[in-house]
This record gives sequence, C-alpha cells and structure tokens, in this order.
Amino acid sequence: MKFHRVYALFLRHFYLIKGSFPRLLDLIYWPTIQIILWGFISKFFTMHSDFYNHTAGIILSAAILYDFLFRSSISFNMLFLEEIWSRNFTNLFIAPLKVSEIIAALTITALIRTLIGIVPAILLAFPFFGVSLLNLGPSLILLLLSLYIFGMTLGLFVVSGLLRFGPAFENVAWSSLFLLAPLGCIYYPLSILPDWLQIIAKGLPLVYIFEEVRSILLNNIVNYSNIMSALLLNILYFLLSVFVFYKAFDEARKRGALINVGE
Amino acid sequence: MEEIAIEIKNLNKEYKNILAVKNMSCKIYKGQTIGLLGPNGCGKSTTIGMLLGLIKPTSGNVIIDGKNMESNRTQLLQKMNFISPYIELPKKLTIEENLKVYGRMYGVQNLENKIIELMEMLNLNEFKKKKTGELSSGQKNRVSLAKAFINDPEILLLDEPTASLDPDVGDYVRSIIENFSSNKKKTILIASHNMNEVERLCDEVMMMKSGKIIDKGRSIDLITKHGRKNLEDFFLKIVREKK
Repeated sequence: MKFHRVYALFLRHFYLIKGSFPRLLDLIYWPTIQIILWGFISKFFTMHSDFYNHTAGIILSAAILYDFLFRSSISFNMLFLEEIWSRNFTNLFIAPLKVSEIIAALTITALIRTLIGIVPAILLAFPFFGVSLLNLGPSLILLLLSLYIFGMTLGLFVVSGLLRFGPAFENVAWSSLFLLAPLGCIYYPLSILPDWLQIIAKGLPLVYIFEEVRSILLNNIVNYSNIMSALLLNILYFLLSVFVFYKAFDEARKRGALINVGE
Repeated sequence: MEEIAIEIKNLNKEYKNILAVKNMSCKIYKGQTIGLLGPNGCGKSTTIGMLLGLIKPTSGNVIIDGKNMESNRTQLLQKMNFISPYIELPKKLTIEENLKVYGRMYGVQNLENKIIELMEMLNLNEFKKKKTGELSSGQKNRVSLAKAFINDPEILLLDEPTASLDPDVGDYVRSIIENFSSNKKKTILIASHNMNEVERLCDEVMMMKSGKIIDKGRSIDLITKHGRKNLEDFFLKIVREKK
C-alpha cells in the first residue's frame, strides 16, 4: 500500500468539500437537526417515562451514536457515488490504485467527513440538553470504534452492490442503515423484540453496542462482554465485506462494468 | 531489434455467450503509433479495456513491457494512461486540483513543475483556477490530455480523442498528440472513426471486425492492397464486406 495514492484519493474529496460551502453545510446541517430533534424527544421522555427518568439524555446519547454510525456509512457510500456521478470512475480504475488503497482512502476520508458533521452536533448537545457522550467513560472509545467499523462494513457492502448492479443500486445506499435500525435496538432494549427476532438481532453488533450504552448510563455498569461481542462481530463482518468488495471488483472486471460507469 | 511494448496473445472476451474479442494476437512495438479501426461494436473498447486491466479476459494474455497485465496491473498502470470522451475529471475541482490529485496518484516527482509544464504546453494557464465543469469541450479535452500526460506515460491509449471537437480544436489536439509521440518515442494506440486523423497520426492501422483483427499494416499499403482510394474507402469496404 502506498501512502501517496491513499492521500491522492483523500485529496480529491477534500478539494470537493473545501470548494463548496453548501457541501460543508450539508455535512453539518443534518446531524445538528437530528441532535436538536432527539434532544427534545429525550427531554420529554426523561420527564414522563419511568424507564428513562433516572438518566437524562439516554435517548439523545443513543441518537448521537446512531448518527455517528449513519454518517460514517453514508459518507463511505457518498464518496463512491461522487465518482459515479462525476463520471470519474474509470479514471480511478486506470490509475495504479490497489483495491486495498481505495478501501483505506475511503475509510479515512469517510471518518473525516463524519467528524466534520458530528462534532459540532455533539458540542451542541451539552449546553442545550446537558448531555455529554463523555458520561460513557473510557468505553466510549471502544463503542465509537465498533460503530465506525460497522459503518465501514455497511459502506463496503453497499459499494460492492454499486459495483455489481451499477448506479441503480443507489437507493439501497441511502436506505441500507434504515433496514437494520429496527433490529439494532438503538432506542429500546433487546427484550422488546419478539423471541424469534431477538435471535436474528443478536447477530448484529449494534445490539451489543446499544445494550452497553444503556447498561452504562442506567446502571453505571460496564459490561465488557457486550463490548467484546460487538468488536468480534464487527471484525468478522468487516472481513466478510472486504472479501465481498474484492469479489465484486473482480466480477465487475469480468463483466466490463468498470468502463463508462456514469449516471 | 525493436522492443515490444504491447503483446496480445490469443485474447478472447466473452460476455454472456457472445464473443466480443476472438482469439486476438498482435504485437505493438515501442515508439509506434497504431490506429485501431472498426465499426461500432466490433470489440475496440473491449480490447482497450483489457489493455488497461479494466476488463478481465476470458482467456489469453495482455503482456505490457514483458509483464502480464493480470498479475502486474498496478505496476503496469503506473506507466500507462488513457483518454476517452466518455470519462471525465471531477467537475467541481479546478484544473490545478485535478492535476494535483492525479499527479499524486501516479507518484509524479516534482509535481508542481510538471503541472506548470503541462499548463504551458496545453495553454491552460489562464484557466488553472477554474472548475473543470465550467470549461468548454475543447478546454476539457485539453485538461484530459494534461491528466493523461501527467505521469509521462510510456503507453498512451486514446479512445476517439477528438470526438465532438470543432475542426480547429481537433487539429490542435492532433498536433499535441503528434508532438508527444514523435518527441518522446511513446507508444500510442488510437481508436478512432476519423480516418484523416488516423492517416495523419498512425504508423500502422489494425482493422477490426466482429472481434477479430481483419488486417494490419501501413495505411498506404492497406489502401493499395484492397484497391481503394483512401482509408475511409478501405474502412467501408471491410465493414460492408460479407464474411
């Protein structure tokens, strides 16, 4: 892997954001609106719910973490879609870029895009709603890492779909995370789900991450088995998504789909 | 002895039981400019795609500089580049930004100087801070050329390099390609439907039909051999000829 090639691909997206105020605003706008909306919902539940009244902002904390996941996954997809929309796709694949370098560049750039959007929203949450993610303690680092890996994993699956099915797969790119959200138990405990859905949900790292968030904020207990389960599942899915991406790339070469991909 | 730049060995490409390229074999020597002619759908783009490693051959090999494209893709793409009117550079980036991105991607040394040199060569200096999407087709074409020259490629592949350009800009682009090939002894493969362009730029022509190379040689020799007036007449004869 060569750093200069990874950096070049990062630079392409950095210039894009730097040169467009609406793009920058778009990155910050949605997370901020989300946090404000969930901030008020969280405040309402804190005042009127037996379950949540012990801990202010548990819903908002979950909303911020979910938005972090959502932004990282969408950012990853967006970076790839930008190449399709701008008809620059072929230029990238005739450059001496390795698939691993593309993954590395998209992963780093997606993180920076996500942080541009989510950091102002996180900073707003404290003065407006008295909620700070730092209440999660040192486990926050592992939880964010887990969410980020899952975001990249989903991004890689969607991008593989774009390679396999072309730009028509774009709608899945936008909705991929919404499909998993109900099973992720972001705002409610796993026990709410019917037994048979719980079995499926337990296959998702999200369940362990958000169960852990509730465990820390409600009971002040850090359950490392949840964190480990989430990380292990994430590593497993991430490796699978990398394999699927390589496979999709190889299949796209066999079908001649890397030439003239555009809107 | 002449060195081989590109060697195609028994190359086949099949899409869903349709053979787009059939058992193609040929050699292109270093410093040669070759015209790839043929009607639409004859397999030119597929051939170029396989030369660039964008398309995986069903069987056969593409050998560039003595190395197999399939197993040395990244290394070989380092010394190649490609222009096609069907692909574009990011429209929201300025010319300078696009060249910086691709210069770094190809690991170009002294990139700033290289960009200045290309801007001057292609008369792009006055637009360097302009977004690529705001340029005219002629200006965009020159930016694509700058991007294609950024790594000083040993092998340059051109797909319809002057399509949709007015005669004046087309002529300018042809002069640039001509200078690039003659001054630096580069290997160039041009797929084009512009016969005057092919006659002017190419040392030899490969005529494709139904996925095969039907004939190969100097334009003048092919015209004489087939008893035609010019290259366009030769093209029409081959295309309209039944098996």
